[in-house]
Amino acid sequence: MIVSHSAKLGEGVCELLRQLAGPNLHIASASGLEDRLGTDAIKIAHAIQACPPGSDVVVLFDLGSARLSSEMALELVPSAWRERVFMADAPLVEGAVAAAVEASIGGSVEAVLARAADARQLRKLDD
Amino acid sequence: MQPLTAEAFVRVMDAYAQVLAEFRDVLNELDNRIGDGDHGTNMARGFSAVAEKLKASQPTTPAAGCQTVAMTLLGTVGGASGPLYSTAFLKLSAAWNGRADVDEEALRGGVAAALEGIMARGRAAVGDKTMVDVWTAVQRELQTEQPLDAQRAVEAAAAAALATKPLTARKGRAAYLGDRSQGTVDPGSLSSALWFAELFAAMSEGVVKPQWDLSAL
Repeated sequence: MIVSHSAKLGEGVCELLRQLAGPNLHIASASGLEDRLGTDAIKIAHAIQACPPGSDVVVLFDLGSARLSSEMALELVPSAWRERVFMADAPLVEGAVAAAVEASIGGSVEAVLARAADARQLRKLDD
Repeated sequence: MQPLTAEAFVRVMDAYAQVLAEFRDVLNELDNRIGDGDHGTNMARGFSAVAEKLKASQPTTPAAGCQTVAMTLLGTVGGASGPLYSTAFLKLSAAWNGRADVDEEALRGGVAAALEGIMARGRAAVGDKTMVDVWTAVQRELQTEQPLDAQRAVEAAAAAALATKPLTARKGRAAYLGDRSQGTVDPGSLSSALWFAELFAAMSEGVVKPQWDLSAL
């Protein structure tokens, strides 16, 4: 689950992930408000509940209120869902790619979260 | 203090929406200096939607009204103030559940619960230069002054908002500025103080709302 202030950014990240991940991953964005930038806890809660029943949900979010809205969304969904939703402490794009790759090869939710968190250390210019 | 009925609650929120429209540029300017410049626009938009929703839905209790406020803000505010104010109103709603109106004791419990909710949601403490500073000041008045002096409470809220000016922000976008966040009143504190002025004016006759010296913000 991608939570960004920008609907376009959220969709764009999903586009990247769909190319990497196999058909078994449900990749979704709950990003932006109706007509402008922002995050919406109700939209996130709906998107979580639209995930395949019984699946674990890993949320990757961008800045500031994205975390607050995601946490608020967790309080709006039924507890059976809440227990299966995990927030990744990771940069949005690199973390989401790492998470999607790990999930697509069958990694546990713990492994997915760990790979996403590892992306914080990812160096892009190592010379 | 007069108990706050559902009708009075709707009037408070309507008045607050109008105040936010008047203060939109002031709040934007404060946020421009230490944040992303949209607090006034976000709050005015969110609470204008709230006022319309409340007029259309005619809640029968203040708790039901607070629930409507909370859910409306989530889809209309967008920034951090959306989930934060929404949390406050959800906590007020829970605290006032089943009551036809809100008396001083219910207000005391509600403000305490809302403050706790805001602090948990934003992971903010007193002195972090956030709305927590204003809600804490009001809570202190409610705890120490029984019966409450509504005028004092309004003034304490305003003073707490002004007292955020010299502080260094430790939460939100303003925290990125470090010491450069000093010298500007926190816009979330001002919007909270404006709400308390409307609330207490509705619950107590003769309350004089603060006159804000805009150049001092």
